[in-house]
This record gives sequence, C-alpha cells and structure tokens, in this order.
Amino acid sequence: MELDTFLIQVLNGVQYGLLLFLVASGLTLVFGIMGIINLAHGSFYMIGAYLAWSLSQHLGSLALAILAGVVLTVLIGMALEWLLINKLYHRDHLYQVLLTYGLILVFEELRGVIWGNDVHGVAIPEWLGASIRLTDTLAYPVYRLWISAVCLVLAVLMYLLIQRTRLGMMIRAGAANREMVQSLGINIQLVYRVIFALGVALAAFAGMIAAPVSSVFPGMGNQVLIICFVVVVIGGIGSIKGAMAGAILIGLVDTFGKVVEVDIGGFRVLPELAGTTIYLLMAVVLLWRPEGIFGKRL
Amino acid sequence: MKEGNFRSGGRRKFLQDAAVLGSAAALGALAPAIVRAQAQKVKVGLMLPYSGTYAQLGIAIENGFRMAIEESGGKIAGREIEYVKLDDESNPAKATDNANKLVTGDKVDVLVGTVHSGVQAGIIKIVRETGVLHISPNAGLNAMTTTLCAPNMFRTSFANGQVGYPMGKVLAERRVKNAVTLTWKYAAGEESVNGFKDAFAKGGGKIVRDLTLPFPNVEFQSLLTEIASLKPDAVYVFFAGGGAAKFLRDYQAAGLKGKIPLYGAGFLTDGVLEVPGVAAAAEGIETTLHYGEGIETAKNQAFRLSYAKTYKLQPDVYAVQGYDAAVLLAAGLKAVKGDVANTKGMIAAMEKAEIDSPRGRWRMSKAHNPVQDLYLRKVVGTENKVIGVAAKALDYPPASLCKMA
Repeated sequence: MELDTFLIQVLNGVQYGLLLFLVASGLTLVFGIMGIINLAHGSFYMIGAYLAWSLSQHLGSLALAILAGVVLTVLIGMALEWLLINKLYHRDHLYQVLLTYGLILVFEELRGVIWGNDVHGVAIPEWLGASIRLTDTLAYPVYRLWISAVCLVLAVLMYLLIQRTRLGMMIRAGAANREMVQSLGINIQLVYRVIFALGVALAAFAGMIAAPVSSVFPGMGNQVLIICFVVVVIGGIGSIKGAMAGAILIGLVDTFGKVVEVDIGGFRVLPELAGTTIYLLMAVVLLWRPEGIFGKRL
Repeated sequence: MKEGNFRSGGRRKFLQDAAVLGSAAALGALAPAIVRAQAQKVKVGLMLPYSGTYAQLGIAIENGFRMAIEESGGKIAGREIEYVKLDDESNPAKATDNANKLVTGDKVDVLVGTVHSGVQAGIIKIVRETGVLHISPNAGLNAMTTTLCAPNMFRTSFANGQVGYPMGKVLAERRVKNAVTLTWKYAAGEESVNGFKDAFAKGGGKIVRDLTLPFPNVEFQSLLTEIASLKPDAVYVFFAGGGAAKFLRDYQAAGLKGKIPLYGAGFLTDGVLEVPGVAAAAEGIETTLHYGEGIETAKNQAFRLSYAKTYKLQPDVYAVQGYDAAVLLAAGLKAVKGDVANTKGMIAAMEKAEIDSPRGRWRMSKAHNPVQDLYLRKVVGTENKVIGVAAKALDYPPASLCKMA
C-alpha cells in the first residue's frame, strides 16, 4: 500500500470511528451511569435518520430538521424514561433486555406505519456539498469532514459537561451512589431522566447527521447497535474517554480489515475474515483488560 | 406474527374442505376421477416476504401472479385457484418450518416462493423431501438449478450467475483489460461476481482484485479508496436495495464517477432511482438484467398497461417473475386437464412450456432455470433503458451441472 493511500485509509478509519463514538457515547452514558442496558439505542439512530429525512422535506432545510429533531427526541427520551425505564432501576438486567428489545420491535413497526419500508436519501446541504480532490482519482466529500468536526466538538462538550459542571458532578455522584445522592437532597430521578434523554438524543443526532451519507432504510439501527456495544465494551463501560478510544480503534481495524491482504500458510486470512476483525479485537482487549481500556477495575 | 392475519379462518376453511371432500367421496362411486378432481380448487401456497425490507418484492410477485390467473378468468383448466398466503419474513431460521406448514399442514398443490436466497434454501430442502411441485419467482441461488436440482422444482426468475455473466461478456467484447469486483460476502453477491469473472476471463479480461465486505455492512469508504489507488479500467459490483442506493452516492462523492467506469448486476439500479440524489449518481451506468424499461413488444406493453390499471403501480422485474410463475403453472395444469394429482404429467408439460413473457419469450433449461435473453441497460433519468441484448438465450450456470440434464 502506498503512503498516500495509507494516509487516506487512516482518515477513513478515524472518520468512521468518530461517528461510531457519537452513537456509542449515548449508550455508554446510559449503561455506565444508570446501569441500564438499552438495546433500543440503535432504534433511536434509525429514528433520527428518518426524522432528518421527513422533517427536512417539511422544513426545507437539514439544519432546521436537525434542530427540531433533537428537541423531539429529547422529549421522546424523557417520556420513555418516565413511562418505562424508571421501573427498571432496581430490576435485574434481564428485565431491561426484555423491555428494550420489545421497544426495538415497537419502533420498527411504528417506523413501518409512519414512514413505510422504502429506502430514502437526504440531500447534503449545498454549502457542504463540495469535495476535496486528494489524488487524481479520489476525492473526499467535505460533508464527511464536517461530520468528524461535529463529533469532535461534541466529544469535548460532553467531557466538559461531566467533568466541569454542577450537573456533571451530580451525574458522577449518582453513578457512584444513587441513594446517598438522593438523601443529600438532589433530585436523582430528574438527573436520570436528563441522562436518558441525552443518550437518546445523541443516538438520534448521529442518525440525523449521518443520514445524507448513509441513506435512510429499515433496520439501519440494528447494524449500528452491535458495533456500538463492541465499542462500549472495549472502551470500558461508562467511560466517555473509553468510548472515544474504542470507537477510533474499531474504525481503524474495520477499515484496514477490509482492504489489507494477509496470507498465513496459503490461507487468505484477510480480507476473507474482514467480518470478524472487530470481534477479534474485542476478544484480545478483554483478555488483556477484562474491564475495557478505560474501565474501572472489576 | 403476521401470518395469523393471512391464515385466520383456518377452521372455517377446514370445514369447507371437509364438506367438499365429503361430497366428493359420496360422488366418488359414480363420477369419473377427473370430475372428482375438478370439484376442488387448486391450492397455491404463496410463501413470500410480506413484512421487512423485501415486503414490496413479495407484494409485486403476488400481484403479478394473480394478474396472470385473472387474465384467464380466475380459472385454469376449469379449476379455480385458492391461495394460502404465508409471510416468510425473509427469515432463514424459520424457512423449513414455514415451508413445512404449507406443504404438510395446508397440503398445498404447488408451493410458490420466495425472494431471499437463505429462505429459498429451506424451501428446497422441504420440496425435495416431499416432492411437492415448486416454483421460485425470484431467489437466484445457483445451487437450486445445479447441484440441488430436482424434477419438481422450477424457477421463473434467474440464477445469480446468469445476471453477472453477460456483463463480463460485454466488457470483454469491448476489450476492457482489467477490472475490480466488489460485493457483499454472501451467496447472491459471490455467485453474481463469479458469473461476471467467468465470462470476463473467457474473453481475455483480467481481474485485478476481488473486494468484499460483510453483509449488510454499508461502510464503503475504505473500499472506494482502494479502488481509487488500484485504478482499474472497470468496476463490477453486486448490491441491492438500500445498500445499492448508498453505494451509488458514495461512488460519486468519492469522485470516482466518470474516472473509473462502474458496471453492475441490474439490481444495483432497480428500485432505487427514485431516491433523491441516486438518479444523478447513477446516470449513465450500464447494468445487465432479464428485464428493463422500454422493451417494445406488444406483450410487454399490454402487461404494463394492465398492471398499472389494476394495482395503480408501475410493474417491476419482480412482478414479471410472479406473472411468469402463474403462466408456467397454467401450462402444466392445462396439459393434465386440471388433474393436479398428476404431478408427472404437469412436470413434463412445464419442462416443455415456452413462456410468452413481458420480458420476451423464454423456455426452461434441463435444470429448470429460464433460458432467456439478458438485456444491457443504461440509466437514463429515473429509467433503466434497454439498449441492447447482452447475451441471447443464455443458459447459465450451464444446465449440464445438474444431474437431471
């Protein structure tokens, strides 16, 4: 592989990783702080994409659609926490899995009823529609670089929110000892509701900004969900830093797994086994550090 | 979940059947066998996806099938057709159970289905075991008409390799020197690519590299980068549905469109050109398929008009395949004068049938796959315009791979 191709592939990997981070960060927040395994997380990614598509047709602009979509999904997230999720805090993980799996089915059916089963495309806003020519045959869409920039900004904001604000302090305290925080007069119920809504909105937002490059189609959330769980487990459950490290690692491994050719003893290992590289990575990381790269020691 | 809707009223149906059976038995002593047979309807099991990503395809197939039956007055050889519908959900895990339900539970006379190749594998298992008459209106699994072929199994669509082969032939004839292939790593994609490579290599072309990605992954960026650095003379791909729409747009966004020509199996540009941005990304791309817009035969024009009138929809290749499945069944039934129990007689007639299809006339190969013309099509606006015949009366994979031949 030539150097310029190699560098472009690194760019591809990092760019894919940053988008994965955006989806996975919501999952790790809800998982790590609230202790809720939310299988329906991928559904919100799909809902976000469908919202971006249908709202941008009504509102005439993707930016407005994203704004309205974020407000909508925050409300949906709060309503869900109030209606269903808060019944699960003291339950076994199995109940959480059952309920949130049920939600996947409900959202999938609702999507079919409201938006149908067709594939849709979302137009890239004109001011981001250009491409940068990298080599004589390859160009790089500006929109993809823009996605990366947005993901980076959000990562920094999230870090500041949790480490430097009062709400962040409550969140960290709540994760450590829910009862103690409550007895100190903090409305932990409300804090949890906000976190859940934030997690939902993050997934939906990722779906919205990814919609122009990924297309909008049924079942798109399920593909993302599995990779996100891998990211969260590799990075360390509940760690935002870990989600970032895990996402970038997965992005790079997935990218190079598809294009690097490796033969071992005459058997073509890569790219024949490209589908398994990220799971191999997960296995290796877990053997090395069972709690994940940035996870708390078990 | 859904199948409850389709099969509700099962008990009432059972009672009706029992009554019919009873009266037939009472008449039995007097009436000749042929009349007794005609007292019953012919039971057609439709095992198709009615939910999920492929729901539209299932509906188009059923529409086409019913249209052909209605055109002959709703009866074939004097016998009415009764449908038993079952949603296979494109779920391979439930395939054998579902096929079994129709064959041994509902005792259908003929099993028609399905779209997904994985589900098709389950159907093949059951119909080979039970010997029930079977017509596949879509799934292109090569094995069905090669290594796993059987006298009671027919296909009215295509074999995966049959759609890729003509594109390789066309490119080789144009003296294209080398090509890169790209597809999802699963049966349909690999069989399609192998068909392409077979013809391309025969014509002197060289494959630079076979790229794949896991099904149904749609993160194409690294593969596009690889294509850009390999700089082949042509790229052949197999993608369908949502993945195809995304691929076409990514190919354009990566600046490859117009630099490295893209070719594909017809599914790449079928049913996705209405998606915003895709038509522009696909403009000018050539693909091969056994159907396309602008086949100017009286048969096709009548078919398109009648379909649009009946269903308020434009017909697609799937509707044609469903239509032909019913025409094939009718040919079999007519030959045995409606005596559906005479499977041998029906099979003999179906093997000899020449189908006057909207896609053009075709006949069955010895392996029971269509021997048909494969068209070269070009994307113009939102249409796949037929611009020529890429391979005439193509029998591929060759029927000789089937031990019946």
